[in-house]
Amino acid sequence: MARTVIPFGPQHPVFPEPIQLKLECEDERIVGVVPVIGYISRGIEKAAELNPFRNNIFLCERVCGICSFMHALCYCQGIEDMMKVEVPSRARFLRVFWAELSRMHSHLLWLGLLADSFGFESLFMQVWRAREIILDISEMTSGHRIIQSTNVIGGVRRDIDEEMAQKVEEMLAQFKELADRSILPTILNDPTIKERTVGKGILTKEQAELLAAVGPTLRGSGVASDMRMTEYAAYKEIGFEPIVETAGDSYARTLVRVKEIYQSLDIILKALSMMPEGDIAVRVTGRPEGEVVSRVEQPRGELIYYVKGNGTANLERLKIGTPTFANIPSLLVMLPGCELADVPVITLSIDPCIACCER
Amino acid sequence: MNWIARSRAKSPWLLHYDCGSCNGCDIEILACLTPLYDIERFGIVNMGNPKHADILLVTGPANHPNYRVLKNLYEQMPEPKVVVVVGSCGCTGGVFHNCPNILGGIDKVIPVDVYVPGCAAKPEAIIDGVVLALEKLKNGK
Repeated sequence: MARTVIPFGPQHPVFPEPIQLKLECEDERIVGVVPVIGYISRGIEKAAELNPFRNNIFLCERVCGICSFMHALCYCQGIEDMMKVEVPSRARFLRVFWAELSRMHSHLLWLGLLADSFGFESLFMQVWRAREIILDISEMTSGHRIIQSTNVIGGVRRDIDEEMAQKVEEMLAQFKELADRSILPTILNDPTIKERTVGKGILTKEQAELLAAVGPTLRGSGVASDMRMTEYAAYKEIGFEPIVETAGDSYARTLVRVKEIYQSLDIILKALSMMPEGDIAVRVTGRPEGEVVSRVEQPRGELIYYVKGNGTANLERLKIGTPTFANIPSLLVMLPGCELADVPVITLSIDPCIACCER
Repeated sequence: MNWIARSRAKSPWLLHYDCGSCNGCDIEILACLTPLYDIERFGIVNMGNPKHADILLVTGPANHPNYRVLKNLYEQMPEPKVVVVVGSCGCTGGVFHNCPNILGGIDKVIPVDVYVPGCAAKPEAIIDGVVLALEKLKNGK
């Protein structure tokens, strides 16, 4: 049969960001995929060598606006490791608080986009309405809706007092009520969602391990792997169990993320109640020397920062390894064999973040 | 004002293109469309097709791989059209000013009518920018 190549992107209604997939089709069936990336590559890694190492936090936050806190956290943890700085325990709990808040807002955003990709407009609106509560918490505690910018080398910039913690708990209860009422039952029971996601874009456990998938894509295929198990920040005190689904299809990945929203909510509440009194930052002097690898769990998976310092104010090398880049090989296995109409849903099921991917 | 010009200003259609931003402004643009801000009540609809669009919302700085795509989209839009740049990095290059792959602000590639600063710009600011753009659209630029 004759083959047609259909360009999907770079400007496409499904993605807020530019990526191109060259879809090779036989009639309606996909037989091959070639991804074209690089449309929003900025060269952040090089720019990080030109800025003083303390200013790099602001640059790292803008690798990706959705998980900006995680990028800054990973960078700061790397530099703190290198400079042998002991972060105060209150700062570690506050870091967990904002990290889980970003995870919740990222997963909700993704859930809305997924609903939009198969035309479930009302779920998209409901999810984004619930997400505004999370953004309000973020604005109240950090001063900004998305780019929290609360990390500094040696701790955090802002504290959460008793009154604010009380308010956060109230708002989270409000969010939970909304999610329980309108989001969770729809995801679990609605036949149209199952029709579009169950059995679509299957990634088996062997493939996931072979292709080095990360994050919910990996956990949706039955592998219990999560960087939070390495107990960075305050995850050791709070305790953490990864969420795993075994089916490996788009629905399994959806379920992993929906359950993670609830898990993050519990972690936030625990972090607030267990938070010890004390300083929120220590003063850090000197310049970084040596090399270090720092890893955190981003909403999309494992994030790696390799930092090399040479004793001057500028870093010698900063290498950022992002989860979307690691998940693209898995996407190329999921797509062949599916129908053209399923491409948006399957592509979204890995939660692509092109800004992270291309840096 | 004839009825076409009037309806264009009453119900402008948007085209959104991410030129290399960090995603922060893009999700705030999407937030404008959802229940809390809901610009759809003013007849503003987000379109995927440049041929249908009146307002081009661009986020992020121009860079080497995508300035052709941006130019292409701009040229495909019918006249009259206005361009709104959202975010500090789209206005001047901002935090990415010394990245090697960046050309600078969007105005180095296409003519810009409204600049919305902020990193990331808040939905209120974006709506304000679009309203300013509407004035320009109404006056036929």
